[in-house]
Amino acid sequence: MLDKTLAELAQGLATGEFSSVELTRNYLDRIRAEDGSLNSFITVTEEQALAQAEAADQRRAAGDADPFTGLPIAHKDIFCTEGVRTSCGSRMLDNFISPYNATVVENFNRAGAVSLGKTNMDEFAMGSSNESSFYGPARNPWNTECVPGGSSGGSAAAIAGGLTPAATGSDTGGSIRQPAALCGITGLKPTYGRVSRYGMIAYASSLDQGGPMAHTAEDTAMMLNVMAGFDPKDSTSIDKAVPDYTLTLNDSLKGLKIGLPKEFFSGEIDPQITAQVQSAIREFEALGATVKEVSLPNTHLAIPAYYIIAPAEASSNLSRFDGVRYGYRCEDPVDLEDMYKRSRGEGFGEEVKRRIMVGTYALSEGFYDAYYKKALQIRRLIQQDFVNALSEVDIIMGPTTPHPAFKLGEKTSDPVAMYMEDIFTISLNLAGMPGMSVPCGFANGLPVGLQLIGNYFAEERLLNAAHQFQQATDWHRQRPVR
Amino acid sequence: MEWEAVIGLEIHAQLATKSKIFSGASTAFGAEPNTQACAVDLALPGTLPVFNAEALRMAVLFGLAIDAEIGYTSVFDRKNYFYPDLPKGYQTSQLFHPVVGTGHVEIELEDGTTKRVGVTRAHLEEDAGKSLHEEFPNMTGIDLNRAGTPLLEIVSEPDMRSAEEAVAYVKKIHSIVTNLGICDGNMSEGSFRCDCNVSVRYKGEEKFGNRTETKNINSFRFIEKAIKGEIIRQIDILEDGGTITQETRLYDANKDETRSMRSKEEANDYRYFPCPDLLPIVIDDEYVEQLRSTLPELPDARKARFIEQYQLSEYDAMVLSAYRDLSGYFETTANVAGDAKLAANWVMGELSKHLNQNDNDITSSPVTAEMLGELLLRIKDNTITGKIAKQIFEAMWAGEGSADEVIEAKGLKQVTDSGAIESMVDDVIAANQPQVDQYVSAEPDKRGKMIGFFMGKVMQASQGKANPGQVQGLLKQKLDALANS
Repeated sequence: MLDKTLAELAQGLATGEFSSVELTRNYLDRIRAEDGSLNSFITVTEEQALAQAEAADQRRAAGDADPFTGLPIAHKDIFCTEGVRTSCGSRMLDNFISPYNATVVENFNRAGAVSLGKTNMDEFAMGSSNESSFYGPARNPWNTECVPGGSSGGSAAAIAGGLTPAATGSDTGGSIRQPAALCGITGLKPTYGRVSRYGMIAYASSLDQGGPMAHTAEDTAMMLNVMAGFDPKDSTSIDKAVPDYTLTLNDSLKGLKIGLPKEFFSGEIDPQITAQVQSAIREFEALGATVKEVSLPNTHLAIPAYYIIAPAEASSNLSRFDGVRYGYRCEDPVDLEDMYKRSRGEGFGEEVKRRIMVGTYALSEGFYDAYYKKALQIRRLIQQDFVNALSEVDIIMGPTTPHPAFKLGEKTSDPVAMYMEDIFTISLNLAGMPGMSVPCGFANGLPVGLQLIGNYFAEERLLNAAHQFQQATDWHRQRPVR
Repeated sequence: MEWEAVIGLEIHAQLATKSKIFSGASTAFGAEPNTQACAVDLALPGTLPVFNAEALRMAVLFGLAIDAEIGYTSVFDRKNYFYPDLPKGYQTSQLFHPVVGTGHVEIELEDGTTKRVGVTRAHLEEDAGKSLHEEFPNMTGIDLNRAGTPLLEIVSEPDMRSAEEAVAYVKKIHSIVTNLGICDGNMSEGSFRCDCNVSVRYKGEEKFGNRTETKNINSFRFIEKAIKGEIIRQIDILEDGGTITQETRLYDANKDETRSMRSKEEANDYRYFPCPDLLPIVIDDEYVEQLRSTLPELPDARKARFIEQYQLSEYDAMVLSAYRDLSGYFETTANVAGDAKLAANWVMGELSKHLNQNDNDITSSPVTAEMLGELLLRIKDNTITGKIAKQIFEAMWAGEGSADEVIEAKGLKQVTDSGAIESMVDDVIAANQPQVDQYVSAEPDKRGKMIGFFMGKVMQASQGKANPGQVQGLLKQKLDALANS
């Protein structure tokens, strides 16, 4: 039961093969048994999950079930969940019980989903390895010496490890796609504005986007059906009708034009990854797609621009964590300044403090034009690169990451080396377009991710392409040996 | 060499929206602490702002009222600084692209001339909460009810040269925002407050001196006093060979002095940048023109109309045109009474006196404009004397009914029956023989003044109800007859 996809589980619930309570118990048992080594959950909400499962079974009995009713998922601990600790992976919010639900959480609740708990993550979503979590790193189920990626590392590890069939994630510079690639699962970062950010704790507001993570494209399509949509509480969400993403999954790929950006196949990249991605591309050709080279000439500027814009926004977004109204407050402050300095100094970890410092510097008087304004100009160039390339082709494909999962501790002393792992994912957040990572092979026994990039609101096309690929391959069926 | 002050003002007008600028919480004043602060106002993790379009409407109306450039695309920026009553650690404001650009107002000076004062800009922003120091020994209480209340910050050019000009400008802005109905103008509740930038220089110099900014003054009188005091303080320092430190100062109304709050060196670097949670606000001509068509009559136009339509003096017209409620009260009174000058005198005199003494708002005056108009009508038709009218006004103020009801109940109708008046006159003449003798023996040209004594006696006897003209005529007739006999 635990290796099944969401779609298969939905089938099992619909036919009465098992109840939601039975299913939920199975996953809770599995979490209890396995998560000691994976550390993929920060909080497991057993009681609540069982209550939701029971309600879901009743709803099904009453003939009122949605496609998602009774299906277990987990939420990245960046999404606020009413009455449940929402830590964002930080000591700062270790004591924070959210009094309200994020819109995404609310949407899943309304659909009748069962929430197993809150998954581990890099602190405030700042990281590519899950090592900046206050709760210790989640581990990669394919090799527990390795990182699961980040920042949605807990969600990816939990899915790959069979502790949940699906989970929510958020992606600011690759935080859904990179851990999906490293853990051998499927993840989708939607178009900016497609999924409400309300209740998703902000890291970099203009880049953050919530999205689904699961084993298959079909599963992520089912999740996106629940997650996507306009939210009047989020001024940056877009009022555009949401299609049923499962309806177009089986469309033919005949004539699909695929672009391969030459910048994604050169430089510091593991040749095994290149080989696996190229073999995946051949699979698409076999399915009727045509392939041509395209160029994203400003790719090399994406990381520098991102590491100005994201920290600048973060330095402001994280100002609210001041120890005054909620969250961590230092012991016995002598005065206001002492309270601020120690609450924030002790409440935030190293990577978060590093980015706050960088962002504060970039916005400072006299530096704004040279850094922040310049970065915004680069952002427009990068966006234009994608617009140009996607005027020639339907989908851009390439590797999700330059390397497979690395060892825990391998890059923690070298932040820039860590940042470089996001080289293929980060530019997309700057452009605001949707992207996916799907499993496409292995390198040294570790999963490799194929990235698919589409134009604004082209989620249907991405999911269709990914699903057709998964119909022809079984990389998404591989499970780590337990 | 003569000194000259240079004054620029920043006015914060709280916009009269029902809910806050970025959340649905109520903006009502005076609730229990933190009962009007929702998740967004508390800056809970994950919450996001949603702009209240009503604040935009009000800001654009103000822009139109001061003939300003309207920002067709305005953008919210974050002003970052830490303070316990600033929940997000930044204030959402507009630095780079304000909703209202350059405009101007005309102010009336004491010598009867007018002066144009430039408005640099007006922008939308959110208010902070309040820190409560007194109630909690060794601690600070935070009340976030006010956090997120919409403000329009109106920044003037440094065009004013005296405290009087500054106050005239503040009063003009106050009358505009209240006339537009976009601000309740309540200064004691902080709905309308003012920061004063003051510097001095030798007259004729072009360069500005170092300026100080005195924060959050909340009455017209205090603005005048604070600026006057600050001008003198700066001149004293400069004349003693000192220099003015650029700093923020606080006005202490109890001591009537300003004192230093923080200097420029301690000033924050606010790290302004466009708020990524809010989209730029884009408006078009249709929106602006639709709003223009809803503009009410503004004080300057109304003043001109009052002079033209009612033949009021410049001063009376200025006072009566400043506030919509006052203007409406005056016009209703004048129309009912059919006498604008009389109405103006009563509204600015007896009515204003009572309102001030009882701290009443004109809209809650126990004597309505219709009631006052009917009272004045009774003066005009000789039912009562002006003196009795004041007595009736008191009764009306005390809730004893309309003018006619009070006149009836108290028997205050003027006595015009000539027989009755004649008998009172005869009685007074008979009872005051020594004064009659004086009158008779006085030179004819001195007698006019002496009649006053008899007038007083008769009016007293009639309890003020006798028609003064008739009394005077009869007295003169009878006394002169005695003198000439």
